Amino acid sequence: MRFELKTSLAFIGLLATSPAWAQAAIAPTHIDSGDTAWMLTATALVLLMTLPGLALFYGGMVRAKNLLSVLMQCFAITAMVSVLWMVYGYSLAFSTEGMQAGVTNLHSFIGGFDRAFLAGLKPDSRYQTVPESVFVMFQLTFAIITPALIIGAFAERMKFSALLWFSGLWLTIVYLPVAHMVWSGPGSFLGDLGVLDFAGGTVVHINAGIAGLVACLVIGKRRGYPNVPMPPHNLGYTVMGASLLWLGWFGFNAGSAVAANGSAGMAMLVTQIATAAAALGWLATEWIVHGRPSVLGIVSGAVAGLVAVTPAAGTAGPGGALVLGLIAGVVCFFSATRLKHRFGYDDSLDVFGVHAIAGILGALLTGPLASPKLGGFGTVESLFGQLWIQAKGVGFTVVWSAVLSLVILKVIDWTLGLRVDEEQEQVGLDLSLHEEKAYNFS
Amino acid sequence: MKWITAVIKPFTLDDVRQALTEVGVTGMTVTEVKGFGRQHGHTELYRGAEYVVDFLPKLKLEVAVADELLDRAVEAIIGAARTGKIGDGKVFVSELEQAIRIRTQEVDVDAL
Repeated sequence: MRFELKTSLAFIGLLATSPAWAQAAIAPTHIDSGDTAWMLTATALVLLMTLPGLALFYGGMVRAKNLLSVLMQCFAITAMVSVLWMVYGYSLAFSTEGMQAGVTNLHSFIGGFDRAFLAGLKPDSRYQTVPESVFVMFQLTFAIITPALIIGAFAERMKFSALLWFSGLWLTIVYLPVAHMVWSGPGSFLGDLGVLDFAGGTVVHINAGIAGLVACLVIGKRRGYPNVPMPPHNLGYTVMGASLLWLGWFGFNAGSAVAANGSAGMAMLVTQIATAAAALGWLATEWIVHGRPSVLGIVSGAVAGLVAVTPAAGTAGPGGALVLGLIAGVVCFFSATRLKHRFGYDDSLDVFGVHAIAGILGALLTGPLASPKLGGFGTVESLFGQLWIQAKGVGFTVVWSAVLSLVILKVIDWTLGLRVDEEQEQVGLDLSLHEEKAYNFS
Repeated sequence: MKWITAVIKPFTLDDVRQALTEVGVTGMTVTEVKGFGRQHGHTELYRGAEYVVDFLPKLKLEVAVADELLDRAVEAIIGAARTGKIGDGKVFVSELEQAIRIRTQEVDVDAL
């Protein structure tokens, strides 16, 4: 019971739009079958985002000789993170051991090991109104997709062994602490600051986007980039992947209410509005600037909108979502099509240009858009005050992810080596690393 | 005997094959090829990365015919493959010295 009370408090912290822990008085006392049914569904939807959503979205954008390597990386990350989550991941992210509201200590940054190997988890363990087993699974799917997002930055050139080491270490050193700092309730570092992040703008998208930028800088450009043409080999896959991401994102955002209620419904609605607006925003900008509306453009815009609305899904209103989506679509068109060409880095599938930029934009605008003055449903008093709090959350995440990702990548590069050799890269990772080909025509 | 090599737009193949059959051509070989002539390639743009594609997909059709069939065969190809737009392709004609059917060892016109 002691644990249940603590996690209930933590849940209130997750939903609270300011550190108003007094609401803990309404802590629920039983498992609700409706909430549970929705969260079981939402969990499956978020897993669908990675397998096959993200895998196809990225897989279509690489050259035919590297399709399997991308699918393999997504699949292997899913399996590895699941095991690590059971062993210590859930505990380090969500254990509330040693935490106290308003007190900053070690456990404001990282959970303890008291829930390692999911200690104490039983069929009737409860998290708010759902079985804790469901909450463990739901959060696991977030921990899976975040390292999987990063692979787009170094696609077509990383060793598979280095990928596994990087993903495991990055999950442990970068993801788990940030998830804990934002989502573990009273006493969590960023939660106590009042940072609003409903479904993972900082934890998932800024975190992954910044790591992607650092990773592509450390590992270097693909051989021949940008002179050798490297067009997407199957945009049909990319469209299917983006469509599955859009579908799965309802689990991601509406599921982050951890209940089947009005908050979940509103999260679903604003997700749809922002995504549609961003797809149109990118499409229109591209049509004006390049003279052609492209398929890759409209689906990239949709993903930018999904990313941008993620932190805002619990507090923004429909009008706010429309504006947020439009801005994300237009801004990400320029960040994805201009930045890397201007500065010459090879963020192969635009993890930084789409996820970090839309993530930062969304995280910042979540502050003002939570205000009832701008049609939001938060309890934000000052537009600029909350914007400043959001900026602190963004700044902290950017620095945390950049510095620690750099350390992890350098250590792997010095020991194991990050990159395949020239011949393997030329032949393609599918054949050289996995001894398989995606397409056997004859 | 003559050896006709025609490079045509891929979608005209069915019409060309039918036209050749109608004038009495009994066999042909088709290969998927890429190339360029007066028709320039096109550009592709993916998230701001622009690629110029010089080589366009075409079909190469190879037909061996008896001398007296040459004119009709060439007319058939041109009639069926011509759209009037740039990039319709070309027909090349050269002398063919010998032909042998492997199964029966018939030679020259009998082997076509």
